[in-house]
Amino acid sequence: MTAEAADQPYAELGLKDDEYARIVDTLGRRPSDEELAMYSIMWSEHCSYKSSKVHLRRFAGSQESPRILAGIGENAGVVDVGNGLAVTFKVESHNHPSFVEPYQGAATGVGGIVRDILAMGARPVAVMDALRFGDADAPDTRRLVDGVVAGVGGYGNCLGLPNVGGEVTFDPTYAGNPLVNALCLGVLPVERLHLAAAKGVGNVVVLIGAKTGRDGIGGVSVLASATFDDASTTKRPAVQVGDPFTEKVLIECCLELFDRGLVVGIQDLGGAGLTCALSETAAKAGLGMAARLDAVPLREPSMTAAEVLASESQERMLAIVEPAHLDDVLGTCRRWGALATPIAEVTDTGRLVVTWHGDVVVDVPPSTLADDGPVYDRPMVRPADLDSLQADAPTAERLVRPSSPSELRETLLLLAASPNLCSRRWVTDQYDRYVRGNTVLSAPEDAGVLRLDDGLPAGVALALDGNGRFTRLDPFAGAQLALAEACRNVAAVGARPIAATDCLNFGSPENPEVMWQFAEAVRGLAEGCAAMGTPITGGNVSFYNQTGDDPINPTPVVGVLGLIDDVSCRTPLAFSTPGDTIVLLGETRDELGGSEWAWVAHRHLGGLPPRVDFAAERALGEVLIAAAGSGAVSAAHDLSEGGLAQALVESCLRGGHGAVLDVPDGVDLFVTLFSESAARAVVATPDPAEVLRLADELGVPATVVGVVGGDALVLRGAFDVTLDDLRDAWESTLPRLFG
Amino acid sequence: MPPRVGVVTVPGSLDDVDALRGARLAGAVAVSLWHADPSLHGVDAVVLPGGFSYGDHLRCGAIARFSPVMESVIGFARDGGPVLGICNGFQILCESHLLPGALLRNGRRRFTCHEQRLRIETAKTAWTSGFDEGEEITVVLKNGEGRYYADDRTLDMLEAEGRVVARYLGGNPNGSLRDIAGVTNAEGNVVGMMPHPEHAIEALTGPGTDGLRVFTGLVEGVASVAG
Repeated sequence: MTAEAADQPYAELGLKDDEYARIVDTLGRRPSDEELAMYSIMWSEHCSYKSSKVHLRRFAGSQESPRILAGIGENAGVVDVGNGLAVTFKVESHNHPSFVEPYQGAATGVGGIVRDILAMGARPVAVMDALRFGDADAPDTRRLVDGVVAGVGGYGNCLGLPNVGGEVTFDPTYAGNPLVNALCLGVLPVERLHLAAAKGVGNVVVLIGAKTGRDGIGGVSVLASATFDDASTTKRPAVQVGDPFTEKVLIECCLELFDRGLVVGIQDLGGAGLTCALSETAAKAGLGMAARLDAVPLREPSMTAAEVLASESQERMLAIVEPAHLDDVLGTCRRWGALATPIAEVTDTGRLVVTWHGDVVVDVPPSTLADDGPVYDRPMVRPADLDSLQADAPTAERLVRPSSPSELRETLLLLAASPNLCSRRWVTDQYDRYVRGNTVLSAPEDAGVLRLDDGLPAGVALALDGNGRFTRLDPFAGAQLALAEACRNVAAVGARPIAATDCLNFGSPENPEVMWQFAEAVRGLAEGCAAMGTPITGGNVSFYNQTGDDPINPTPVVGVLGLIDDVSCRTPLAFSTPGDTIVLLGETRDELGGSEWAWVAHRHLGGLPPRVDFAAERALGEVLIAAAGSGAVSAAHDLSEGGLAQALVESCLRGGHGAVLDVPDGVDLFVTLFSESAARAVVATPDPAEVLRLADELGVPATVVGVVGGDALVLRGAFDVTLDDLRDAWESTLPRLFG
Repeated sequence: MPPRVGVVTVPGSLDDVDALRGARLAGAVAVSLWHADPSLHGVDAVVLPGGFSYGDHLRCGAIARFSPVMESVIGFARDGGPVLGICNGFQILCESHLLPGALLRNGRRRFTCHEQRLRIETAKTAWTSGFDEGEEITVVLKNGEGRYYADDRTLDMLEAEGRVVARYLGGNPNGSLRDIAGVTNAEGNVVGMMPHPEHAIEALTGPGTDGLRVFTGLVEGVASVAG
């Protein structure tokens, strides 16, 4: 190390020795404090994807679809959905902030992803959230659930965005590191697609929205790019504070600017604040920028230049404006009550030059910040315990299985009441799902369904799924099962899956076993997306999800977007019509590795997850889509966690009708009810012959299993449970735990 | 000529698009009114929609009440013009003293959103003439500060004068006194309600279409006066 390096606090900013040396080399001199702050932020794991980049390249091949208007690398992927409209959607994590400060962490997670969608030129129209906490009855879980759910709801509700679905999962693996993944969906006219480039020499760069304060400094470099330890609560100042009212005004103001064609480029300010927005927009245009940092309106006048550059204050956007439109832009912002300040100009120098009260504090090529960060091909090794874990399969010899009718009945009720399978109403009733009047289906349905416009029959469906236990047992298959389940959920409502987004939640990339899990999951997901015809259009990698040395179960969460020609044909999951025939689609095998039954009944995690068969998933999807379109089914429900038993419980309770099922001789009723074999769904139909014909035509195994009706779930010859008993079991768990 | 129904947008309005759609589906001409513009643009009725006007800063509805458009709405209401405040709009009407009482934080202290059954207690208002007295309907309830509160004397007066517009059925969702979901002024032209009829106007997207009758009743009432 040189003598001059010794006095620069690069290590505290999260930079390694060789990374610092590279900065000195790039600039040919010692960086200023402000430059050092900017490099430390842009070269952080969160911004540079330095550990994941070499693996994420696998997704590139899956993007070749004429529907994809923008893909990985933009703020969010954009998909052409016909009628002159496009849809943009993305899921992102806000895990560490939500652990430190649950309400604000979750709230600003929603705020951040909404601005990503806005930055594509789209009106945000819906959100979803995938939440993961420690055991439901663990001491700290209630604090986190209370805060996170209120934060997701508080921010989304105040923006007037319906929350149309998602997941809530409890597992001890997340006790020291909850996962808060938020998804936003937006709609835009195709021709309004905005990309974040600072084009046009002489154009003005306008900062719109909230004043800049000291909140969130170090959010991406300190909080998101390092492992948690006991001192983590001292990182609270690194969490941003949200103001949804300012964001709502910002949204409406930006949409008016887009509508009137007043901006040539737009970029959101999220993680890494102005540092990221200035350097990325300048780098993308291949031009330069001259910024007057002292023009930035501050909440605290004593802030230093480095602090202004690093602040992650929320509710800010950066617009690139032609000088002729500047007055109009400022006037529009004034009308909405949104602060707007010209802070920079696009130049042809190829350098990002930042001045602070007359002094040049930053003078760097913007691409060295935005594009030329370090790339690591980190060492990988298959986890040492994986063989023994996979060998510990939940066979009938290893784990006691219920066999008598009364044991099976007890097991069904036990699972229905378990924290991961019970009713999510305690959570979802805190979210507005009606606002804007285009929500056709929302939680607890298999997928959210939205009408694109109230004058159009066409709509989109969205599902968000992940399974950390499956991925722990086999990262390649686990990631594929997340994708398969999300696709199946979208098909269950009658929509055709067309694109995907992913949030990859993993432990420390510096742990070779975690890196191996990550590489395997990405490989599995990329192959799966190619097989399903659902390219990954964007997403987010979240590393360092661990407290101390124990990484979380690797948890890729996959969001799948589907198209439905006529939303009035969507299939709900409720058994609504007594007399309808219940048909089980797909093949059931003895697959209980990583299942809810193994966990709830035995706290067991071992064996292999269910087999993945994308040909079977696609065929099942075709049956569900065709049946929805022709009106052949009145209900459809995907089979996943909890198997057939849980699907029947949910469809019965949702519709308020029981079901009578026949149990053929020689069938293993336990496996039939609780196996979690993939590529399966249950449907109710007034026309079973048509469903069987469709299934036969597409090569999907189909079995008539029963009839809708009565006030109990009856397995003839085995046991029955009244709907009242089912409802008590299913609905009381979360209110009892969380008040 | 169909009646013109104005829907006020202030910074933080959220359900303005829903209220405009409700007016349109009921056959009215839906007119957007802007908080900073004092003109009511010749509308025959005004809806103050739900949302978080001005971020609910200070107190829900406390700042919106002083917006230029509200000066006009208050005059319009005092002259007998039909005004409906939904959720945050109800809070604004209370802050404006067009309606008695106040809305407090929910008893359970959490935001709640669900399908809600109501009993319509009076059909003698501009906004409930499409219902029968005692009729039970289902709309949407969603609020964090929806607990209706007034002193006993006011509550007794409202009941005696038949000014309770609707009551909650199947459990009181927010701790409102006497299960009150909505009230009206003495003349019956100004109505405030916490639940959201504008979210129950299409079977495809809401819990049925009961809410649409708030708008169709208004439209028929205005048309009959004009005719």
